[in-house]
Amino acid sequence: MSIWEYANPKKFMQTSAWALPWVAGLAIILLLGGLIWGFFLTPDDYKQGSTVKIIYLHVPSAMMGVSAWFMMLAGSLIWLIRRHHVSALAAKAAAPVGLTFTLIGLVTGAIWGQPMWGTWWAWDPRLTSFLILALFYLGYIALWEAIEDPDTAADLTAILCIVGSVFAFLSRYAVLFWSQGLHQGASLSVVGGDQVDNVYGAPLVACIAGFVLLFLTLVLLRTRTEIRSRRIKALLARERRV
Amino acid sequence: MIALLMRDLRLAMRAGGGFGLGLAFFLMVVVLVPLGVGPEFAVLRRIAPGVLWVGALLACLLSLDRLFALDFEDGSLELLATAPIPMEGVVAIKSLAHWLVTGLPLTLIAPVLALLMNLAPEGYVWLVVALALGTPALSVIGAFGAALTVGLKRGGLLLSLLVLPMYVPTLIFGTEVVKRGAVGMELGTPLLFLAGVTLASMALLPIAAAAAIRANLK
Repeated sequence: MSIWEYANPKKFMQTSAWALPWVAGLAIILLLGGLIWGFFLTPDDYKQGSTVKIIYLHVPSAMMGVSAWFMMLAGSLIWLIRRHHVSALAAKAAAPVGLTFTLIGLVTGAIWGQPMWGTWWAWDPRLTSFLILALFYLGYIALWEAIEDPDTAADLTAILCIVGSVFAFLSRYAVLFWSQGLHQGASLSVVGGDQVDNVYGAPLVACIAGFVLLFLTLVLLRTRTEIRSRRIKALLARERRV
Repeated sequence: MIALLMRDLRLAMRAGGGFGLGLAFFLMVVVLVPLGVGPEFAVLRRIAPGVLWVGALLACLLSLDRLFALDFEDGSLELLATAPIPMEGVVAIKSLAHWLVTGLPLTLIAPVLALLMNLAPEGYVWLVVALALGTPALSVIGAFGAALTVGLKRGGLLLSLLVLPMYVPTLIFGTEVVKRGAVGMELGTPLLFLAGVTLASMALLPIAAAAAIRANLK
């Protein structure tokens, strides 16, 4: 039993078909629970009022926006090294999901920033690096769409993904090592202790787990779609030959 | 390798357009901005570093799609791939040729255009230094983008979408050097970052670009 068994599309389809309802169900439960808990059952912050609650969308989606790129990096590396088509397709499937999370992170940040900082947008290193990450997602998706041969497309997007990881890494750690700018430091930390009170922290953890599972659900679903559309293409090509 | 460099330079000189066009575009951008924002000296002086850098960036971008495309179409890129020099070397040489016909002239002409933008006198030296340090990165990053899109019929727009985000660090640190230089502030940190970005992209991106070209030639 090795993880490479799932490189076989058939095996992947079987296992993901079995896992998908569970992952999706758990994601829905955690998200509903976390968001309802966060939005309605926590007190207003004494300074920020009820705007503090946007943290339940902002932090998890921003985290997943960056993590999605690293998942794509793993998929791309596996494709380049071992040439498993499923992993390339998973990377392709993750890109629009990651872009959406990144945009949610940017938009919720703007909505929160307007009453708190008095501005929708600031050219702060953290915000800027995140915007660049969103542009990288766009470029990555556009490159996939533009190239006709699927293997060449997988190769080239994998290379782009590796180069883009530098920027994903920058956005991930920009919160830590750039002290200038408006954006505050990391909210949760394994080492340094939390900067968020437990009243807010516990639902936040539930939301983050929910977003991780939501991401997993969407990527599994989209990968299955990609595999199926590949199969249809192969069938059509075979039919044309006959 | 030197033969390849000379060939690329000769082609750039004789094919017309490519060589002068980038400079003319740079000039146009710098002329248009004061017409757009109004000719007040104080405003122009403040935005001069940014405008000059953005102009240089766009001028550089303009000539990128021809970096590999012509050789890809007539098949000489395949010959180069079978040549004894590694693809990484080909990419490095082609980026060097690109820099010699765009980045270097841009750097040299920038002080003249800075005059139009009313840059502070202390800024001129740092403008040239920053452009000389930063434009090689533009060429190498651009070569990577061009290598990714070389197989596409209309890759120009996609190329700019891929390349411009990667230009951002060079732009930020480049303008920071000129801004600080113009007001006489300490500028070691952005200068080092600018040089670091250039050196890192010169060291790493030819490898990525060569991998992209090999994938395109397969």
